[in-house]
Amino acid sequence: MNVINNKWIGSRTIRPDGADKVTGRASYSADTSMPGMIWGKVLRSPHAHARIVSIDTSRAEAHPGVKAVVTAKDIVEFPLDKSVMLGIQDMRWMSRNVLAREKVLFHGHPVAAVAAMSERIAAEACKLIEVVYEVLPHVIEIEEAIKPDAPILHDFLSFEGKPSNIAGKLEHKLGDVEAGFAKADVVIERHFKTRPVHQGYIEPHSALVSVVDGKAVIWSSSQGQFMVRAMTSLLTGIPQSDIRAIPAEIGGGFGGKTIIYLEPVATILAKKTGRPVKMVMTRDEVMRATGPTSGSMSTVKIGATKDGKIVAAQGTFYLQAGALPGSPIRGAAGCAFAPYDIPNVHSTGFDVVSNRSKVAAYRAPGAPIGAYAAECVLDEVAEALGMDPLELRLKNAARQGTKAAHGPVFPVIGFVDTIEAAIAHPHYKTPLGKLQGRGVASGFWFNAGGESSAQVNITEDGNVAVTTGHPDIGGSRASIANITAELLGIDYKRVSVLIGDTATIGYSNLTGGSRVLFASAMVVTQSTEKVIKTLCERAAKIWKIDPEAVVWEDGEAKPAGENAGKFPALSLVDIAAKASETGGPIGAGVQQNTQGAEGGFATHVCDVEVDPELGIVRVLRYTSFQDVGRAVHPSYVEGQMQGGAAQGIGWALSEEYLYDKNGKVDNASFLDYRMPVCSDLPMLDAVMIEVPNPKHPQGVRGVGEVPLVPPLAAVANAVANALGKRFYSLPMSPPRVLEVLDGA
Amino acid sequence: MAKMHVATTINGEPEEFLCEPHDSMLDLLRGALGLTGAKEGCGTGDCGACSIMLDGRLVCSCLMLAPEAEGRKIDTIEGMAQGETLHPLQQKFLEMAALQCGICTPGVLMASRALLERNPDPTETEVRFWLAGNLCRCTGYDKIVRAVLETAAEMRGAA
Repeated sequence: MNVINNKWIGSRTIRPDGADKVTGRASYSADTSMPGMIWGKVLRSPHAHARIVSIDTSRAEAHPGVKAVVTAKDIVEFPLDKSVMLGIQDMRWMSRNVLAREKVLFHGHPVAAVAAMSERIAAEACKLIEVVYEVLPHVIEIEEAIKPDAPILHDFLSFEGKPSNIAGKLEHKLGDVEAGFAKADVVIERHFKTRPVHQGYIEPHSALVSVVDGKAVIWSSSQGQFMVRAMTSLLTGIPQSDIRAIPAEIGGGFGGKTIIYLEPVATILAKKTGRPVKMVMTRDEVMRATGPTSGSMSTVKIGATKDGKIVAAQGTFYLQAGALPGSPIRGAAGCAFAPYDIPNVHSTGFDVVSNRSKVAAYRAPGAPIGAYAAECVLDEVAEALGMDPLELRLKNAARQGTKAAHGPVFPVIGFVDTIEAAIAHPHYKTPLGKLQGRGVASGFWFNAGGESSAQVNITEDGNVAVTTGHPDIGGSRASIANITAELLGIDYKRVSVLIGDTATIGYSNLTGGSRVLFASAMVVTQSTEKVIKTLCERAAKIWKIDPEAVVWEDGEAKPAGENAGKFPALSLVDIAAKASETGGPIGAGVQQNTQGAEGGFATHVCDVEVDPELGIVRVLRYTSFQDVGRAVHPSYVEGQMQGGAAQGIGWALSEEYLYDKNGKVDNASFLDYRMPVCSDLPMLDAVMIEVPNPKHPQGVRGVGEVPLVPPLAAVANAVANALGKRFYSLPMSPPRVLEVLDGA
Repeated sequence: MAKMHVATTINGEPEEFLCEPHDSMLDLLRGALGLTGAKEGCGTGDCGACSIMLDGRLVCSCLMLAPEAEGRKIDTIEGMAQGETLHPLQQKFLEMAALQCGICTPGVLMASRALLERNPDPTETEVRFWLAGNLCRCTGYDKIVRAVLETAAEMRGAA
């Protein structure tokens, strides 16, 4: 049963949701409306740090057209001294991020919200809410926030016995680094800084909520309808059974939509008014008040012997959490050295709060920051040793059996393959001109498994309807259609794939951690196997033979063994037509906490040219080499690799938040926050290397996040190669490049 | 404030609507007219997700006031396919996976069609500069540029 002949797996089919998306018919959250719908708008803090003395909403409530106002007193309070975790999120911080309670902690922090007959009236009414603030000193940058005399954001945080903005620490240790460095012939230690960057999804956050008879229905843009349901339930007190969260099509997330902002606020407004409430953020609100990823301050020290063997690595990574604890130090400290077999490792992460918006996940959270520092130092180690940088990586590459400092012993992995492919690729041999340079870097990401549910039903006319529980952010429905068609031996066009809402499919964890195809393919495969078993049983019933004497081949039930050839094969259509008389509807579901997601590795090669007059760094060539496990739909795997590379190029060269002296973001627009546009980039070549994950039925490894891990260092190393000067801070934007060149 | 009456043509059909003087064309399209294919990514003309054609010229509908539609011809993504038949660009975007989340896709398609109407044989650089006003965060633009070039080649071959 289920012999993979690879007709559909690995084929570049047209995605099931494609036609809707190219014709404008796909329904995103903000595209949804309801009869009687009114609009909500958020009042945001004008201060970076202030105590809320009082809030008077009476003038706003009396304003014509206003239907309701909410403040933090309307949401469930989570006392500061008791942690309530939901996944990796602490509801103490989540509730205070949704609506400020004791203090406002960043410019743009939500303070109240209004529901009114129009968006304009709601915005006008927000201005009528009178908030008395006691303005407090603020702190934005890490180096300031960790000073002993820094303004302290939270009285309840202390570090080493003193009030502090350091909210947490994480350490990974392997071997003895001091002994390791003592053996090294070359030791290089450098300090690095990166700026917070935004995920930059083009679709702003949005939610439409209707509450009738105490039961809420939520249409919102999120990476997890079950996360929306759970968090909204906790913050509003409405039981999960009375909340139906519907995953709209999602216009990009990259991790930034793994938490909620508007959903509980709109739910309370809808409950208060008895009318559906729609809330859509402006771009300005997205930039000011939704999670970027952390800015960072890091120190990395690497030691190697003359023959190029890395003997010790040490890293200290301070990451900005924004105003509330929870920066991705695990990604930075855990992934920085993970690609290498290093006997002595000491990697430490510090979670630092400051008066910026709370960070949210961004594609391999923390890992690009760790890799930036580690891979730049490795480049200098290679230089010092007179070794080719890829040869150095190859010599030290983690392989099957390597013990990583963050815990696991790697199973079958394809890291070496990515380096060898890079060395052999024509890109690596292309001659470079004046002011041009080449950089390489590698990267690792953990990848996740976790809870997923699927239901596979045979329609009465003999086609297939699959439902899974993960918002499809980059083509997962297409991959699920390929897998189901492959297993059933039918044309993929006969498979429809839908994303269920919280009422129609079992619990499924977030679209995140590069887990969606890994986990959903696992439960879809098991469901389909059950369906095939049923199909064989039904055929056996029709033929009046033993079910064990039936096989499923090429989309048909065939008699086997001594019955072989005795009956004409029965197709899916034939069996579906007789489903009622042979036992009823045919379908199966599987719900599981999936295990066996294995890490992902990539190696990137980047060529740049620097314009010394304008300070512009232009990427000339870019090639990514990634162990993708199994490319179920190669186009969308390449798409992940290309998209991640582009985001990394933006992080390296142009993206950053600029703050004024009052702690207000100065560049909260796409014009001023400079993400790469089409004319900034070359073609982004993606070389997929397939080393199947042995713990997955199709060999799937997560592919979505690794692509953002190497680019920062790949670009930085290329710039260093072009100029013969190193940058230790990102972005390498034109003003910074000119500063460094002028300092020559 | 009295609403303004506007008579216009949208995707070849006569259309009338009432609007406030300050309403954007994007507000009207997505609201009263129910044409939600144009998206609001920024509202400041930086992302191009709301791209439409106004009398044959590519504009950001978020920067256009709704009353400006009076007597003009507007084309939106909803009018790009002819019935069931997709425009060659739409078809090629699907075949070459030139979209991921799809939020920028309507705007990118409108802009790409506008380019090919003016320049049926663009170079890669011309495509990249023409589409520089349409932000896409998912694809890194690679597959978009390839799909536009490939469509242009096919359309020239068919002409």
